[in-house]
Amino acid sequence: MTSKYDKTPKEQILYANMLFYGCWSGLAIMTVTYVIYAFGILDPHVSMDVVTRTWTQPVQEYLTVGQVPVGWGWATLLHKGDFLNFLGIALLAGMTLVCYIPLIVAYLRKKDTLFAMIAIAEILVLAFAASGIVGGGAH
Amino acid sequence: MRTTILVAAACLLVAGLVWAGADAGVAAEGGAAVNAMTGASSDTPWWMWPIILLGFCFILGIIAVLAGVGGAVLFVPLVSGFFPFHLDFVRGTGLLVALAGALAAGPGLLRRNLASLRLALPVALIASACSIVGAFVGLALPTDILQLCLGITIMFIAILLLTSKNVVRPHVEKQDAISLALGMSGLYTEPSTGEEISWKTHRTLPGLLLFILIGMMAGMFGLGAGWANVPVLNMLMGAPLKIAVGTSKFLLSITDTSAAWVYLNKGCVIPLMAIPSIIGLMLGSFVGVRLLAVAKPKFIRYMVIGVLLFSGGRAFLKGLGI
Repeated sequence: MTSKYDKTPKEQILYANMLFYGCWSGLAIMTVTYVIYAFGILDPHVSMDVVTRTWTQPVQEYLTVGQVPVGWGWATLLHKGDFLNFLGIALLAGMTLVCYIPLIVAYLRKKDTLFAMIAIAEILVLAFAASGIVGGGAH
Repeated sequence: MRTTILVAAACLLVAGLVWAGADAGVAAEGGAAVNAMTGASSDTPWWMWPIILLGFCFILGIIAVLAGVGGAVLFVPLVSGFFPFHLDFVRGTGLLVALAGALAAGPGLLRRNLASLRLALPVALIASACSIVGAFVGLALPTDILQLCLGITIMFIAILLLTSKNVVRPHVEKQDAISLALGMSGLYTEPSTGEEISWKTHRTLPGLLLFILIGMMAGMFGLGAGWANVPVLNMLMGAPLKIAVGTSKFLLSITDTSAAWVYLNKGCVIPLMAIPSIIGLMLGSFVGVRLLAVAKPKFIRYMVIGVLLFSGGRAFLKGLGI
């Protein structure tokens, strides 16, 4: 018996390929930036001493003592060793959103409006979470 | 040889816990003031922590694979219970650990059709939206209440692992209307027999509603949610176990993304502890997959259930201030 799902759908393969390259790029970037940070090649914004003194406390203590920006404020501190690490982290956290974009086109081509709408809604949810509109405030 | 490695890994894990627990104890005895409470910084040079976390998470990654649980479900209770880090940072890192593992596994599962986009997408939309709410609730709650809830949840997960009886191929007599409308069905090839197995889901509405709760809990505790995804997809909705496990793992890459952004935006991710944890756990997972052929998963599963009960109990007592 054959079914329309007897092979992996094309859009699923596309999603898998994008995820594969994005994920491993993110992990590679993370490793490199961590070495730069840990070996002191770039000075950190928050000193190691402050980090290890405040990570036992609620996040607000770390934000105040370390003068750590919330939301997308890290993007302005990429020249600092510690915040450079957020490049890889953001790539990992952003991959799903990016992978969803071609899904919309693929589902619209298949005239699968319902799944195209679901993909659009998911992108909106992820973009809302990533935007920091609500999450960027203090604890 | 491999068994020796496994035993050594377990011993290292226990030693790490004892060491970190003792150091956290020293830190706690320091008193209420910030400086006094951070005995870790005075006793332990900063560069030790990434090494300890890398080694600890490497072992955790091996054990998580062998026990068939996600890394974050072990990471959050153990690290919050035995290391000096505050729960805010542990949850932020826990979500990234779960996310990295799910992103790495996702491509293979999708290509082999063991994770189904048609099953995952509707469920993920509900779970990811609710995980944002869960993350906010978790960050707004006082730490002791959160510890208490975390302890109860972890002990519940241990009991769930002990008692749940997943079904390899559940019998689904009739696909319901929602499942039909969403096209929640598919076909996959069983590699051991070469048999092509078709599947479809039922009880879709209660399944989707349960993902509201699952998403909330994933965001609130930073646990990932594979422990809940699989029973709902398999036992309730009737997806075959392989599809349920594969789709659940892939689902985490979506659900945890939204919650991870909330923690990231709130400043709950400290690279010094997050990155060695992520890399250690992923390397451990690769080794764990290789050891799977010779290990005794049943024994390890019971060991993990014991560890979860213990660490859940510890979190519960911490929440009570005991």
